[in-house]
Amino acid sequence: MTFHLAVALDGTGWHPASWREPGARADELLTAGFWVDQVREAEAGLADLVTFEDAFALPGSERPDRVQGRVDAVLTALRVGPVTSHIGLVPTVIATHTEPFHVSTQIATLDWVTSGRAGQRIKVSSDPAEYALFGRREPEDRESLFGEAADHVEVQRRLWDSWEDDAEIRDAATGRFIDREKLHYIDFEGTHFSVRGPSITPRPPQGQPVVTALAHVDTAYRLAARGADVVFVTPDGTGRDGPTGDAASILAEVRAAEGATDRTTPLHVFGDLLVFLDDTADAARERLRRLDAVDGTELRSDARILAGTAADVADVLASWQDAGLTGARLRPAVAAHDLPRITRELVPELQRRGLHRTAYHADTLRGLLGLEHPADRYATA
Amino acid sequence: MPKQIHLAAHFPGVNNTTVWSDPAAGSHIAFESFRHFAQTAERAKFDFLFLAEGLRLREQGGKIYDLDVVGRPDNVSILMAMAAVTERIGLAGTVNSTFNEPLDVARKLASLDHLSGGRAAWNVVTSWDEFTGENFRRGGYLPKDKRYLRAQEFLATAKTLWDAWDVDEVVADAASGRYLRHGDAGRFEVHSDQFDISGRFATPRSPQGHPVIIQAGDSEEGREFAAASADAIFTRHAELEAGKEFYADVKARLAKFGRRHEDLKILPAATFVLGDTEEEAAENARQVQYQQVGPQTAIAFAEQIWNRDLSDVDPDGPVPSFDPKTSDDVDSGAHISKGRASVRMYKDPVAIAHEWRELGEREGLSLREVVIRKNGRHTFVGTPQRVADTIDEFVQSDASDGFVLVPHVTPGGLDVFADQVVPLLQEKGSFRTEYEGTTLREHLGLKPSPTTVGPAEARA
Repeated sequence: MTFHLAVALDGTGWHPASWREPGARADELLTAGFWVDQVREAEAGLADLVTFEDAFALPGSERPDRVQGRVDAVLTALRVGPVTSHIGLVPTVIATHTEPFHVSTQIATLDWVTSGRAGQRIKVSSDPAEYALFGRREPEDRESLFGEAADHVEVQRRLWDSWEDDAEIRDAATGRFIDREKLHYIDFEGTHFSVRGPSITPRPPQGQPVVTALAHVDTAYRLAARGADVVFVTPDGTGRDGPTGDAASILAEVRAAEGATDRTTPLHVFGDLLVFLDDTADAARERLRRLDAVDGTELRSDARILAGTAADVADVLASWQDAGLTGARLRPAVAAHDLPRITRELVPELQRRGLHRTAYHADTLRGLLGLEHPADRYATA
Repeated sequence: MPKQIHLAAHFPGVNNTTVWSDPAAGSHIAFESFRHFAQTAERAKFDFLFLAEGLRLREQGGKIYDLDVVGRPDNVSILMAMAAVTERIGLAGTVNSTFNEPLDVARKLASLDHLSGGRAAWNVVTSWDEFTGENFRRGGYLPKDKRYLRAQEFLATAKTLWDAWDVDEVVADAASGRYLRHGDAGRFEVHSDQFDISGRFATPRSPQGHPVIIQAGDSEEGREFAAASADAIFTRHAELEAGKEFYADVKARLAKFGRRHEDLKILPAATFVLGDTEEEAAENARQVQYQQVGPQTAIAFAEQIWNRDLSDVDPDGPVPSFDPKTSDDVDSGAHISKGRASVRMYKDPVAIAHEWRELGEREGLSLREVVIRKNGRHTFVGTPQRVADTIDEFVQSDASDGFVLVPHVTPGGLDVFADQVVPLLQEKGSFRTEYEGTTLREHLGLKPSPTTVGPAEARA
């Protein structure tokens, strides 16, 4: 059975001192070339997808010795789309402060631009600093925020289906460009918004672009179970509420959350792992210690941190597969160092073990993930 | 050197100008169409590409309007993708100030500017109707007098956000370990009638500082807004005398805002039809007009004025003898046509109906022929030489600074203009043969955006 591989991109890497490492290109972080090169590297490693982090607010620590400042993740994916060919592009979307209508058409556009490689990682905002940037609401409790995010995804999904695949007819005899019977109002009514539809954008090539979420707690597992195709989890990691548990126990929680929904396709469950990859585990640990010293703090992460060899990482991934996870999302500690190690050392190791593809065999992200082209919920024929 | 012409290419839109029934008409959604269009415009050294926005599909008589192209991508998103297949051409999109928040829009445009190397432009518009609002959180309610206020405050807020980062704030010096000059860079606050926001803007200053600001609208308010704060203005005045009048009026307003004559470019929208001879061009133009106004479209146009169902009227017969229904104000939401800005311009439908009827009777024209006469006129019809001469005359006589050209076929409609007209303009010395700069501000001959003293400077 295939084990899926995702790469999480976050600037120069997931260690805050990564920007000071050789080849980091920290002065190019806001340029297209920086992102294109990273995604192409992940594509060379035949990864299923890359995710792009995003946030509206800057870190509260206000440290001038750390990277601060970013460009919009959805636009970054759109800039990369035309110059890559197979890899899925999954930018972060912040449900709390965005319009589901706008996001739906942006992601649909990404799907059209990439002929079916679009996804998104839906995220909620609980940082009060982000609310002050918008000035239109007060922070709400987690249950309410996750509920809103689930509604956001539901609206997007309805809008994608609001055009049937064959709605465009170009019938010269009657002068009609579309068959309007194949366009549908979505009439969503929720506590945070109501949306009438239909979309302005025709149904994207995948029908339903891939929705993902990162989850550490049961509230978030329920959101993922309700609306996502892939959930990123943190086995042996640390959530806001404490240790997250091992892969098997998390998987049990996720499957239980799914059981409470009417979904028919099981969620993909990918384990997140923050990696330092070197020829020896000692070298990797030494690099982690050195970077921590440069930054002046010990690296903290919600995902498990693994400093080791490609074989060490492959061992963890194999154990996750045994536990029933369907993939992993790797967070390179230093993009300039660890991303090429993933693609050039870990990937061959995974291929030797039968844990990773040796070529792309699908043209869409849904295809790579083994998901069918979904029927349109409004189609009657 | 003669005054330089500025040209923009408008991707064919969702109205009847776009002829989807032409055998050469391609997809309006496949990326290949956008790539072709963008690369043609860049090959011809155009200043920028332009895409309008869509927030709700149009309706007529309570049903989705199906006679024109329907469906389009999110415009800023597709502009970003077009940046990947071009190198120099500017990327302009309409973004509404009613159904967006300034933080989000400022960030998107700064990102577009960063990731395109300084090629972003924003056409700032306001929305009026509850109809569009049904797709958004805020809904539709925004009184008319607040719409311009919100637009003005929205733009001013976006500029505050772009100015929140100094040009040289990002140091990224690995050796010294200094990434920023100030740990709290990007700090801003705005407290106005429409917005009450504060914090730190997350996107450092982009290559252009401020993306190019475009304003559309011929109203008094629109002219003042543009003169005060826009870099370019889109107009409908593509006739020589009206163009000169508009040009003189708007340019004269600049001084009171401390701006120079060349700080605001005036760009009318224009269509074109070419032919090897004048006769051939005229015949081509006639054919395009008939494609643009088919029998069903003629009825639909009449319905927008008569404000009632005319499906039993013969488009090849005379203009209806009865008068339009005038009880429904366009703003009330009761009008037959929804989501269509042009309907607002029909201030006196009864007078228009009389005018149409009189024209039909005087010249023996059918309803469809009258609609074609009234709505289907092309701006430039002629041989490439004639069209090049006309465009140059317009610009040299200060009726405009150039044009926003709208081809009627996607995606190849611009090719013939690029191949046949642009070289003639270049021969005249009034249009560039190579891009001299890398940013859209440079293409348009605009000053770099002002680098105000940011909060970081004020502190130092």
